[in-house]
Amino acid sequence: MTQHTRAKSDVVVPSEFKPSGQIQFGVFFQGVNSGTIWKAAESGSQTDFESFRRIAQTAERGLFAAFFLGEGLRLREHLGRPHALDVVGRPDAQTMLAALASVTKNIGLVATQNTTYNDPADLAHRLASLDLISGGRAAWNVVTTDNAWTGANFRRGGYLDHADRYKHAEAFVETAKRIWDSWKTPDGPARRVLHEGQHYTVDVTPRLPRSAQYRPVLFQAGDSPEGRNFAARQADVIFSAHPKLDDAVEFRKDLVERSVAAGRGANAVQIMPASEFILAPTDAEAAEKKEWVRSLQIGPQQAIAYLEQFWGRELSAYDPDGPLPEIDPVVEETSETRGSGFHGAKARQLADQWRAEAKDKGLSIRQVVTSKTARIDATFTGSYTAVADQLAEYARVGAVDGFNISPWLIPTGLDDIVNHLVPELQERGVYPAEYRGSTLREHLGLETPVRTADTAAQAVTA
Amino acid sequence: MNAIHTSHPQGFLAIELDGAGWDGADITRAVLAAESAGFHAATFTDAPAPGRANALQRAAFAGPVSRTIALVPEVDTVYTEPFHASTQLASLDYVSGGRAGWIATAAESPEAADAVGRSSVNGAALGQEAAASIEVSRRLWDSWEDDAVIRDVATGRYIDVDKLHYVDFETPAGFAGPGYSVKGPSIIPRPLQGQLPVLVQASLLGEVAVDAVDGVLVSGPAAELLAAEVRDVRARVGASVSVIAELDVVLDAHGQAASERSAGSDRARFEGGRAQYAGSAAGLTDFLTDLLAEADGVRLHPAVLFVDLEELARLVLPDLRRRGALRPVVQDGTFRDLLGLPRPASRYPIASAAHASAGK
Repeated sequence: MTQHTRAKSDVVVPSEFKPSGQIQFGVFFQGVNSGTIWKAAESGSQTDFESFRRIAQTAERGLFAAFFLGEGLRLREHLGRPHALDVVGRPDAQTMLAALASVTKNIGLVATQNTTYNDPADLAHRLASLDLISGGRAAWNVVTTDNAWTGANFRRGGYLDHADRYKHAEAFVETAKRIWDSWKTPDGPARRVLHEGQHYTVDVTPRLPRSAQYRPVLFQAGDSPEGRNFAARQADVIFSAHPKLDDAVEFRKDLVERSVAAGRGANAVQIMPASEFILAPTDAEAAEKKEWVRSLQIGPQQAIAYLEQFWGRELSAYDPDGPLPEIDPVVEETSETRGSGFHGAKARQLADQWRAEAKDKGLSIRQVVTSKTARIDATFTGSYTAVADQLAEYARVGAVDGFNISPWLIPTGLDDIVNHLVPELQERGVYPAEYRGSTLREHLGLETPVRTADTAAQAVTA
Repeated sequence: MNAIHTSHPQGFLAIELDGAGWDGADITRAVLAAESAGFHAATFTDAPAPGRANALQRAAFAGPVSRTIALVPEVDTVYTEPFHASTQLASLDYVSGGRAGWIATAAESPEAADAVGRSSVNGAALGQEAAASIEVSRRLWDSWEDDAVIRDVATGRYIDVDKLHYVDFETPAGFAGPGYSVKGPSIIPRPLQGQLPVLVQASLLGEVAVDAVDGVLVSGPAAELLAAEVRDVRARVGASVSVIAELDVVLDAHGQAASERSAGSDRARFEGGRAQYAGSAAGLTDFLTDLLAEADGVRLHPAVLFVDLEELARLVLPDLRRRGALRPVVQDGTFRDLLGLPRPASRYPIASAAHASAGK
């Protein structure tokens, strides 16, 4: 037990980290982007409650720890108009999760919510409400935004410098934690919470008791060094972008170092990379299915639009099955208007690189774009047994605590995972056989949070 | 509509479910009891109070477990972001199958101001905030035309961008608070009802235009003065806006007279400013029969939710139905259906068509 666990790459998980030997699943109902196929006959509604109910209840049947919803506070645009080619338009995360709480019993309910365009007292109150209504199943996936483009939908407008976004987010999260921890004790009333920051002043006496899991679980997804440090200090789970085994082990090592440095235990922050599963009874069938999935995720129009985003100009004259455009981008950098994933890329540099790569490998526009957009590392393709073996290795090594699965089909996209993959994993002893308790914190095996110190008397400046 | 309707004006009954608290099982029990009793709508107050969870989330939780009852939370317009309020309310409409409504509130509250670090808003400025927030929501709800999601495989378009609209809201000149703008479009498609019914307290009318709302909540200092208040408001708003009387209720229950309950441990924790009825179920039935001849609806605020709701279900609503005083409950109906409101077309295609013809 004291020996280092070795991954195939020979990267070693730090010895102070104790692998659970298990993996868990979450499901991310995306609602926006090209990952969800809308062109197939089986593609259902992206807004009807039934689609959400179906995914959440299927996930619960498969003992998933959590159901995630994303958030984007301005519609993505393409060349100055709303982007038309991908799935778009989704319900508010907490409203939908509150509704799902009434038709599910165990699964955790994770709302992505922005620290830039919310008020700490209001958001903390709403999350505490969701946590109480659901019987201790709520979580908050903390995200930041700094652009004025999104701010155009809000009273506040754009106000935050990019450099300040984590500083601001951290002050926000700490204020929220103090609000959640301010419940009455037998000896005293609810504590008044004061916060005076650069952008916010909060003076509130919170109104809700603690939930069955004390306070909402915190997820975080940022991958920059600042984002990782933020997670190491504040989060319970990191929704990482490192699903490949070697990378995942490296990421674990990095995060363990950061959380130990932040004064927390080596096991304090769990890791659940974003992932996609394309499964079938045999590897060959799965490979074939993958071709079909990819062709529907990135159709000819989407391939051209993707390039247009980097070229900053219309390219509809180009053949999606032909070579990359010989003309150069008209922008230096891509803008945030297609979503943060596109933001700030060096357009000309990338164009040169892609042209060289395409020429080298003989790739068409569509093939290049598919290779850039698909979750290459994050996709597990294969037979149920082969993928189960692969995941068992992650569990054995302790590379991750679970996977956050983005189904490419709504509302049936979890069926084969729950019906076939989960039983294979259970047979291998690497997946829960039942829910461990009734709260999300219990499902994840997280410790009861220590109540934050009573800092209400002094104003904290951040 | 039918014979009864022509002989007696029929009204609807709403009930405030605040007393159910924040526990999911209690919210379910309350909304199902109200629905099976024949209440047409359930409301959820959101005024800050110890132990009171977010109203919109309580309403959302009630959505999938109920079938016909309208779900109408209060959402503040002063210290919230109008863009969030609009998205949350539209989402409530989706999770309730088109049974959502909105009581748009704007109350003087130094505590609420301190919580978000803003200066306290009062007087006429409250109504201005409400008017602005309602206008933002209404525009955002129209910002996706009904058929904007086209899923056209041949052209690869999931949406038709010509059917999405920037709302470009700006607070009007003379707006007392810090002015703001909202760009749009909405991040969720058009609500199932097109527009959610919007209700406000009568005190906000004036700054909030009659055209901006679908219902007005009317309070009175005493039960016997309520009908006159209703007539006053009716004269201001006309027939197209629902006038809804507000009534606190304490009934004789569990062998105790209402007066004893009011004085004893069941002492009503009413939030003030509303007329109260305390007495027998039969007396309330008579009172409501008369009141529903004047008002389109009455909202009841029970002193102790589960105690008074049981008496209302057992003794009051059945009698009101027998007398033909209540509108029939429509299976799978929307809140708009209940209020007799047609589903409106989005304002934007009309505007863009007018713009196009003006340019010719």
